[in-house]
Amino acid sequence: MSLATELTEKEIKTTTEKKIVTGAQGVLLSLLEEGVDTIFGYPGGAIMPIYDALYDFSDSLKHYLVRHEQGGIHAAQGYARITGRPGVCFATSGPGATNLITGIADAQIDSTPLVCITGQVFSHLLGTDAFQETDVIGVTMPVTKWSYQVTRAEEIPEAIAKAFYIASSGRPGPVLIDITKDAQNASFEFGYKKWKKIASYFPKPKLNLSAVQAAADLINQAKKPFILWGQGILLSHAEEEFKAFVEKAGIPAAWTILGLSGLPTEHPLNVGMLGMHGNYGPNLKTNEADVIIAIGMRFDDRVTGDLKRYAKQAKIIHIEIDQAEINKNVRATVAVNADAKEALQALTTLVEEKQHKAWVQTFKDCYEIEYNKVIRDKLYPSTDKLQMGEAIRVISEQTDGQAVLVTDVGQHQMMSMRYYNFKQLNSNITSGGAGTMGFCLPAAMGAKVGAPDRQVVAVIGDGGFQMTIQELGCIFQYQIGVKIVILNNNFLGMVRQWQQLFHQKRYSFTEMVNPDFVGISKAYGIEASKVTDRDNLQAEVKKMLEHDGPYLLEVVVETEENVFPMVPAGDSVANIRLE
Amino acid sequence: MDYNEFASESEEKNYTIFAFTENKVGLLNRIIIIFTRRHINIESITVSESEVRGVYRYTIIIRSKLETVEKLVKQIAKQVDVLRASFYPEEATVFQELAMYKIPMSSIVNASEVEKIVRDSHARILTVDPEYIIIEKTGHQEETQELFEKLAPFGILQFVRSGRVAITKHMKDLRTYLREQAEAYS
Repeated sequence: MSLATELTEKEIKTTTEKKIVTGAQGVLLSLLEEGVDTIFGYPGGAIMPIYDALYDFSDSLKHYLVRHEQGGIHAAQGYARITGRPGVCFATSGPGATNLITGIADAQIDSTPLVCITGQVFSHLLGTDAFQETDVIGVTMPVTKWSYQVTRAEEIPEAIAKAFYIASSGRPGPVLIDITKDAQNASFEFGYKKWKKIASYFPKPKLNLSAVQAAADLINQAKKPFILWGQGILLSHAEEEFKAFVEKAGIPAAWTILGLSGLPTEHPLNVGMLGMHGNYGPNLKTNEADVIIAIGMRFDDRVTGDLKRYAKQAKIIHIEIDQAEINKNVRATVAVNADAKEALQALTTLVEEKQHKAWVQTFKDCYEIEYNKVIRDKLYPSTDKLQMGEAIRVISEQTDGQAVLVTDVGQHQMMSMRYYNFKQLNSNITSGGAGTMGFCLPAAMGAKVGAPDRQVVAVIGDGGFQMTIQELGCIFQYQIGVKIVILNNNFLGMVRQWQQLFHQKRYSFTEMVNPDFVGISKAYGIEASKVTDRDNLQAEVKKMLEHDGPYLLEVVVETEENVFPMVPAGDSVANIRLE
Repeated sequence: MDYNEFASESEEKNYTIFAFTENKVGLLNRIIIIFTRRHINIESITVSESEVRGVYRYTIIIRSKLETVEKLVKQIAKQVDVLRASFYPEEATVFQELAMYKIPMSSIVNASEVEKIVRDSHARILTVDPEYIIIEKTGHQEETQELFEKLAPFGILQFVRSGRVAITKHMKDLRTYLREQAEAYS
């Protein structure tokens, strides 16, 4: 007996009544035990027994037939991000499973809990280059939090129970269970035990109170403290504790794009976005602050720029659940290796009530400069062509900042992060670390399925839209009421911007000759319209939002618009450019 | 031993990484990926059951900067099936390698010459066959290499050296580490 089993068996909770089922049925019963009611997937040879069993479970398990496995995994991501529960995704062996990989990698770097179940060839064929055989465990190993190959039906409940526990505990992430066809077909006695502990797995460190005290001491002495927050706030559901901490300590706070909507955009101490296309103040002040409090973020290079010139003057407090992130990119003066919620609860009681008025004012001054140089012209442009920023402003106003905003990757994404006024917490879904084009449309679909009562707006560029455009089929089939906004500049805009700024305007393969998006949408049975001028923007956005069911709005924007401010890649945050 | 003790060192040197793990299919791959990702070459790797039944010990030798090894070890430690990972500079461990040399009988005209080399090198003769002899030596790489040079004139038919195995000098045992670690997590 392994050490893990030895220790875990003491922890085991409930067991359902035992009955003889097939492995395939066991998979579905296990999902029900975990409270799953939604699956995104695509059938195929090696997963057919599971799909056959699913036919009898349609009352309790709603399956969405996506049009490509990449659509399935991104939908599961969108679902997981909005519900906070693991997204579940099915795919067959070989190409079915390899089509999941982009989404798995995306979920791994963005800490999204997923349970992917893939069919595999019969166990006696493993390693023989059988039809549709790919070593899925091997190819997904670098991008999964954990994976396991099941070759016997009896292993199924334990593998799935562990999968859910691992995916959703500690720093969440994607797990993959690969199940051979013979294991799906075989009969066994089903019983289910939820997993609560694995001897070799340490998801949640106990809070070290002396580290918290050291952090509080630094904060209480600080003259120019500055908070950087990331998705950890959302993942640990610490939004309230975070707000209380920020307000009591009176410290200006800036976000990474995955932390966005952890605190309302208009909160007086929310000073904006960090990083390459972030706000002027937060980047500049990073190199002026005396104490930086980083919470649930990992100092990604898009946030820090050149590390050798990053916050060298500051003492760094790093509150982070994943030990491997501490001292990875930026060395911490005080490391609090803990869950953000627990750490903030303790920290708030220890910090003195303060208002750093003059220091906070310097951020406001920076914002004034940025507003006059950049923001006003983006939100209220006088150009002939529509601008991306104003489209986001109009969507933001008309949804009253209450929508779930799902974005793809590129200029439209940066504009959305910068200009959507989030009033509702946990409402921003985007591909951050991986920067996966094609993420948005299926992720929005999954988010709408996960939050059917909320307005879900997908903002996509013309490039990314065409990467997973096939999911219009899934949206139509299940009438998933997502509102799709294409900001069409007929360019791969972000790449074009770099070509303009750093490659002497050599627009190498970034111009797109696009199809009729409205026509495509209508052919899929999804109502659509197109807007090209300012006078119609408000009315068209209104029409889209009021439409009952899915809707696509193509907004034709300026072809060569740039996102500013910008910290050029590899430069110091202090060298942020406003133009 | 805490790795922060060496936190000031920034030159490349040999480090011994230990990972204590469950015995799981594919785990070796999962651990090695962490090195490949960072384009780090592993000098040697040895896996065997440890002093605790069912717990496997990986002994991995790399040449690297302290800062890098520190990050690698944390990324190994966070793998689900890894119980504990740690690292040590060479001087904090006692280590050995095993080497085997196959020499053709035909080249040995003067048996006492070979005997002397074996004796002086603290090696031993493992097998004597009408066609060849096999000599075995444990020691540090320089020592097994030295013997290689001495035997070279006789014509070495085959030579093999194992990965390094190592034991730490400090007295704290694995169970204590594991108990402390378990207590640090909820």
